[in-house]
Amino acid sequence: MTITARDIEKTFDRYPALNGVTLEIAEGELLALLGPSGSGKTTLLRLIAGLEFPEKGQILFDDQDMTLAGAADRRVGFVFQQYALFRHMTVARNVAFGLDVRKRAQRPSKEEILKRVDELLKLVELDGLGKRFPNQLSGGQRQRVALARALAVNPRVLLLDEPFGALDATVRKSLRKELRRIHDATGVTTIFVTHDQEEALELADRVAILNLGRIEQVGTPTEVYDAPSGPFVCGFVGAANRFEGDVQAERFTGGGLTLAAPGVANGSATAFVRPHDLVPAADGDGFDVVAHRVTAQGPVVHIEGLTLAGLPFEAHFARENAQGLAPGAKLRLAPSKAYVFPA
Amino acid sequence: MTAPTDRNIVANAPQRTAVQAAPRRGWTWRRRSAIPGFGLTMGVTLAILSCIVLIPLSAVILRSAGQGPADFLSAAFSERAFTAYRLSFGAALVAALINGLFGLPTAWAMVRYQFPGKAAVNAIIDLPFALPTAVAGIALASLYAENGWVGGLLAPLGVKVAYTPLGVIIALTFIGLPFVVRTLEPVMRDLSHDVEEAAASLGASRLDTILRVIMPSLAPAWVTGFAMAFARGVGEYGSVIFIAGNMPYKSEIAPLLIIIELEQYDYAGAAAIAVVMLLVSFAMLFVINAIQAYARRFA
Repeated sequence: MTITARDIEKTFDRYPALNGVTLEIAEGELLALLGPSGSGKTTLLRLIAGLEFPEKGQILFDDQDMTLAGAADRRVGFVFQQYALFRHMTVARNVAFGLDVRKRAQRPSKEEILKRVDELLKLVELDGLGKRFPNQLSGGQRQRVALARALAVNPRVLLLDEPFGALDATVRKSLRKELRRIHDATGVTTIFVTHDQEEALELADRVAILNLGRIEQVGTPTEVYDAPSGPFVCGFVGAANRFEGDVQAERFTGGGLTLAAPGVANGSATAFVRPHDLVPAADGDGFDVVAHRVTAQGPVVHIEGLTLAGLPFEAHFARENAQGLAPGAKLRLAPSKAYVFPA
Repeated sequence: MTAPTDRNIVANAPQRTAVQAAPRRGWTWRRRSAIPGFGLTMGVTLAILSCIVLIPLSAVILRSAGQGPADFLSAAFSERAFTAYRLSFGAALVAALINGLFGLPTAWAMVRYQFPGKAAVNAIIDLPFALPTAVAGIALASLYAENGWVGGLLAPLGVKVAYTPLGVIIALTFIGLPFVVRTLEPVMRDLSHDVEEAAASLGASRLDTILRVIMPSLAPAWVTGFAMAFARGVGEYGSVIFIAGNMPYKSEIAPLLIIIELEQYDYAGAAAIAVVMLLVSFAMLFVINAIQAYARRFA
């Protein structure tokens, strides 16, 4: 199902949470809402779920206006960061809840519900744990129950609010893969909120990046990483070194480096260089730096230090290019690629 | 570089220590624990329980055991004593049920909503805790007497409150109100909103959410509050005697009967009634505790 949010505005106590947000989510898509805390990403998700209502704008499910419909009437699956399981019910009853509360005419028979619960527990790899209570499960298992519970009602859209936020790193990674697998198996349109850019880039078909209640950019993970729309996206998605300077006649100078800046108007500007785009340079090219910390992280060596202008920088070298590099070493670096945005 | 073989992985795994004492099973007096102080706190608990509760109560039992079984039975289960038990336990039960019924919305209003005068309402709920019970009894008696403000309104309808079992129930309801409200409040405050939101997003109506999600989570606290109000009601004396009228076989509560026997220097008879009340109360609290443990099985 296609979901459209059109010109959404929402304020909490006169503090704006969303400022004219428009976003379209395609049928069967897995979309990430990415942004720092306070960017409005959770608010947007809750508006789509019917847990909050906007002051202005529209929420459409296909062509149907759902802006003011209650949560119970939307048939959405919602997964909370803190699981929100019913702790007085067994796992099986939790999963069956959405079917149990249906009106008698629409409620499946007892056997059908049991069968559906079994199917779902198998899907989230919890078969056999139906008789446990939530407090007898680990965090990762609880979130799987929450996922199965949300899927039980055949939701038109699955919404997840920082679903892996309360889990430790290992469990988070495996559940991420799990969510992708479940999404591919069920084909349900899915939107998830995260502040973890790695999670968004790994998992999503498309990423919507929010900042201060506005959408900065919507695109595939490759697009937002390789072609950021502005300084915020560039600094937020992936690490980047920042250099403040000026553009004159499509050339950027600042922080000791000079770059081509095609299409950027004259005036002050900011240049971003990703750590892996800083490469060793020949004399007469690039800028001088001093390495202060050299750490090997798997196949990559991270070098942190200061430029001659006193700016901190970070560069990532492949292991074989960093042989014999020690703290205190002087290097000459040049950006192989950079992004320049007018300030 | 070659891929790590299974052997490498096993070699890297932490080795279990071979010499490891088997964990002791079951309950022992001495047990290593990171939380010290079991001996001290348990000792203090037993000492204070003995001095304040167990020794006086066993004196009651000893006293009643001083008489023969026939005397004991005739004192403990005379018709007058029997109707008194029925009134004491029955009225306490009804009062606790009323408090359970009305304590729930009261606690809900106090936890969920902000309204002007909330602090005052909060203080009023606690008044029955602090007020001398005799004061409450006299106030209730004069209000509900046939010439009182409320009693005067009820009298034309043929409802007599003061000096009847109904009056006993009203006094006990007054005494027990704070118990239910105060035990429910903290649990309600801890109920997280997202559980309700989850229920709503799964298609549950507001009523379904209340009946299937909120109420079951409140049940253990509700039973606790009910039990406390009930226990308080069974033992209550001061507020009841003014409104009850204390007519034998009609509106006489068991604690009052004990006093009457004492005033007639029939210590053994008073002790016999006390023992019956003791045993019944203990049994009921025990059952209520078991219900509570069941309601709490998921926590």
